[in-house]
Amino acid sequence: MAYPYTHEKEVRLLSRGWGDPASRTLEGWKALGGYEGLRKAVEMSRDEVIGVVKDAGLRGRGGAGFPAGVKWSFMPKEKKGPHYLCCNADESEPGTFKDREIMRWTPHQMIEGCLIAAYAIQAEHVYIYCRGEFFETNEIVGRAVEEAYEAGLAGKDILGSGVDIDVTVHVGAGAYICGEETGLMNSLEGRRGLPRVKPPFPAASGLFGKPTTINNVETLSAVPHIVVNGAEWYRQWGTEKSPGTKLFCVSGHVKRPGNYELPLGFPLKELIHGVCGGLREGRKLKAVVPGGSSVPFLNAAECETCSLSYEGVVEAGSMLGCASVMVMDDSTNIVKQVRRTVDFFSHESCGQCTPCREGTTWLARILKRIETGRGTEEDLETLLDLGDQMTGTTICVLSDSAAAPVRSSIEKFRDDYLALIRRGEKVGAA
Amino acid sequence: MAENSQTPESVTLTIDGRAVTVPKGTTILQAAEALGNRIPHYCYHPGLSAPAQCRLCLVEVEGAPKLQPSCITEVQDGQVVLTESEEATRQRTGVLEFYLANHPLDCPICDQSGECKLQDYVHAEGRKHGRSREPKRVFGRDDFGGDILFYGDRCVMCTRCVRFMNEMAQDPRLTVVERGNRSIIDTFFEEGVEGSPYAGNIVDICPVGALVSKDFLHKARAWDLDHKPTICPNCSQGCNIDLHVRDNRVQRLKPRANLEVNQYWMCDYGRHRYEWMNRDDRIESPVVNRSGQPVPSDWSEALEALHGRLEEGVRPVKAVASPFASNEDLAALRHLVDALGGGEIVYRLPRADREIPLPGFPRLSRRRDLAPNGRGAEILGMERVGDDEGAGGLDELAHYTGTLVVLGDELADLEADFGQQAALYIYVGSHPSPAASQADYLLPATTFAEQEGTFTNHEGRVQRFWPGLQAPGLARPAWLVLGALAARMEGGGVPTSAAEAFVQAAELAPEFQGLTYESIGTRGAIINEPVALPGA
Ligand SMILES: Cc1cc2nc3c(=O)[nH]c(=O)nc-3n(C[C@H](O)[C@H](O)[C@H](O)COP(=O)(O)O)c2cc1C
Ligand code: SF4
Ligand code: SF4
Ligand code: SF4
Ligand code: FES
Repeated sequence: MAYPYTHEKEVRLLSRGWGDPASRTLEGWKALGGYEGLRKAVEMSRDEVIGVVKDAGLRGRGGAGFPAGVKWSFMPKEKKGPHYLCCNADESEPGTFKDREIMRWTPHQMIEGCLIAAYAIQAEHVYIYCRGEFFETNEIVGRAVEEAYEAGLAGKDILGSGVDIDVTVHVGAGAYICGEETGLMNSLEGRRGLPRVKPPFPAASGLFGKPTTINNVETLSAVPHIVVNGAEWYRQWGTEKSPGTKLFCVSGHVKRPGNYELPLGFPLKELIHGVCGGLREGRKLKAVVPGGSSVPFLNAAECETCSLSYEGVVEAGSMLGCASVMVMDDSTNIVKQVRRTVDFFSHESCGQCTPCREGTTWLARILKRIETGRGTEEDLETLLDLGDQMTGTTICVLSDSAAAPVRSSIEKFRDDYLALIRRGEKVGAA
Repeated sequence: MAENSQTPESVTLTIDGRAVTVPKGTTILQAAEALGNRIPHYCYHPGLSAPAQCRLCLVEVEGAPKLQPSCITEVQDGQVVLTESEEATRQRTGVLEFYLANHPLDCPICDQSGECKLQDYVHAEGRKHGRSREPKRVFGRDDFGGDILFYGDRCVMCTRCVRFMNEMAQDPRLTVVERGNRSIIDTFFEEGVEGSPYAGNIVDICPVGALVSKDFLHKARAWDLDHKPTICPNCSQGCNIDLHVRDNRVQRLKPRANLEVNQYWMCDYGRHRYEWMNRDDRIESPVVNRSGQPVPSDWSEALEALHGRLEEGVRPVKAVASPFASNEDLAALRHLVDALGGGEIVYRLPRADREIPLPGFPRLSRRRDLAPNGRGAEILGMERVGDDEGAGGLDELAHYTGTLVVLGDELADLEADFGQQAALYIYVGSHPSPAASQADYLLPATTFAEQEGTFTNHEGRVQRFWPGLQAPGLARPAWLVLGALAARMEGGGVPTSAAEAFVQAAELAPEFQGLTYESIGTRGAIINEPVALPGA
């Protein structure tokens, strides 16, 4: 049987080879057409490589959806010192488990993407920053990098092109904030993983103060396919503003949770009820968090029409983020879900910014009170107000991320909060 | 905006409706300060890097999508900044409420109370009633070693202390451990900051009562302290400092900003050497020794008698001065010695075996010369004698048979027979000692802390200081006492102020010429290059 679950609606571009341990090896990856992209890229000019990625409209898969080709074009054309590429493999957003699968089954896919990107931006060194808890995965990636070196695909004079690109795998120590791009760079430099104030942006001053591009694993893994097959080919999937395929990590109350690779713009409803086999018997859909724990909730009505593209999810009232779809049926205690999410952010806040350091914990405590029947209606106003104070006021967006589910859940599921508050009042009165 | 009003390097913007022109590269926070508008801030400190993390200083900048951190946002031409807009005020109130959510509010027992930036800001712009009903986080107290105690619950996590140790002391002994709301400042090793020679500054820059001095702990309330500007007397660097005084006693020393001398800092060696200014054993009134019988006297009587003695004729003069005395005092001594026919003046100066520079600003260094005015004594033609302890070197003078004048040197290492063979022994100083107290004329002088004056530091910067303490009894500045005597001998005028005494000093030393108290101001002024006299 193929990778845990597959579905006929899937377009398995990045997930091709998943489930087959053979694809982990260099030979296996080559059998799937691997390293043709790199071979082709080094024969192209750097601008041509950037051009095709731009034309393909590939958007960053790490959460913000920024066009990858445009990001690459911010790098200085004239090289004055080292350039670096960081591959963000710190995947820690709750509900997200796609990068791990890429690395676990097709590590060369990512490495090839890294090498092409590094070539395009004139980076002599790629740092793959891996999440500390991915023990098995990190071993697989390490082995694949060794293979790439042995085969002359990485290191000196790759594929006889005269270009040198080193690849280093760096394993983090288990902090979500090290996935934030500049926190990651600080961590790589051996400092505390504190996000940096931007500007300066990484393309001007990134890792070790040098021009740096950072991309997500999935973003980079799409690059070889685009280089081999062209922009038009890639654009056969997805929408005008969100071209290509995307890995959707579906978790929660569906019959077949898992990773599904689908064209962007796929209907959310069909993902839940078709691809994932629907909800459990007798249950109704209550809420969906479509993009990882940082994004607002969608209620059942909003899910009806939501199309899973960057613009479609915004239209529906949330964000696509990294396309981690958490499905909740009517058995869900929304307040508890929100509290657990905020607990996570409170635990993971780096603690630099006052609104985030103090706000995340405060939100979590109020939520815990409400959850355990000790809340008041006033608390809801406080939650909303604190959330406002935490939005747009900090160095990175972790703070905003913690506030988003609180606001959206109070707006969309106020009755759930009120029920807990009222029940608590009754218990208290009795 | 008038274009001709600008040089290429300057930028004109408006802050809360007022136009201000500042050099390019200035931050909004600094530009606002130029207008007298102090935007609340914690993490920013002018002497350190700016991490922009406290988020207290955010202001509205027209055209920007969100509030901007004024501490790092550079001004731009035509920029319109609003620090008092609804959004900016709301931001500050909000951040302050976040601080209070976990702050212990133990102001009644906190040393910072009264000079605390959290108190100040919350009083100004905090919510009337905090909304937090949650239990507060508790960290407790930690001994950071040396003079420093850490009250974790009061910390606002501005990281100024960590950055001072990293960037200025370059002795990274503090760090933030843990993250998020569990973040806390900690030391790496048991000894903490013990022995780090500039660590005391972290107490000064801590905006709240999280870092406090053990020496000062519960000693005085901030609002009871008078801040008296002066110069640190403990080495020749001449750090600008304030005496913090209560009940006519110095309670602690704090650095005062002078960007050219000590920036915002001072060393711990200097910081902890103030107790002597509070010494109670003082020479409080003039004493005339008549054939071994000390007779307390008043000024007119004593000076009258001394003058009479001098009129009778003077044996050749030799004098001992002190590098702890002001330029004015030293000049008055030189003046008197000259009036008495001239003679050699020596001084003794304790000397450390090494300098202790502040690595982040090496212009500031605890100098080897452990006195504030050795340079002044040199300028006035005095000669250093003795050893590095500031002792010895006076054996010959001890048995001198001419006229002997001592200014300020306590003569602590000398016996009671010092000066007993002198034809006339005049002692002007503040503390009694066996060798001093036997003088024919024992004249009480103020310490530098009780008088106005100037010191000349190691680089030749003349810096003013002001009286911080009231002098005991009849003690008077030495420039007045010696100046009065010299005037009587020469018929000149008696200086009526330290400023006038300095004018007289300038008449004696070309290095001081052209300098006045006005031109020295609060920042100090460098002396003139010594002019080589033709044929000298
Ligand atoms: C708190 C926080 C955590 C993040 N964690 C990750 C992560 O684990 N993996 C990731 O790829 N991007 C993460 N990001 C996004 C990165 O900052 C960055 O936008 C991304 O790596 C850029 O790659 P892309 O343009 O290819 O999406 C995080 C962002 C924030 C604010
Ligand atoms: S928003 Fe939170 S996580 Fe991001 S830098 Fe500030 S404190 Fe750290
Ligand atoms: S101890 Fe003081 S200076 Fe250090 S981080 Fe805390 S509040 Fe800031
Ligand atoms: S460096 Fe010298 S002048 Fe400055 S505080 Fe230390 S002892 Fe005083
Ligand atoms: S002073 Fe500007 S953010 Fe702290």
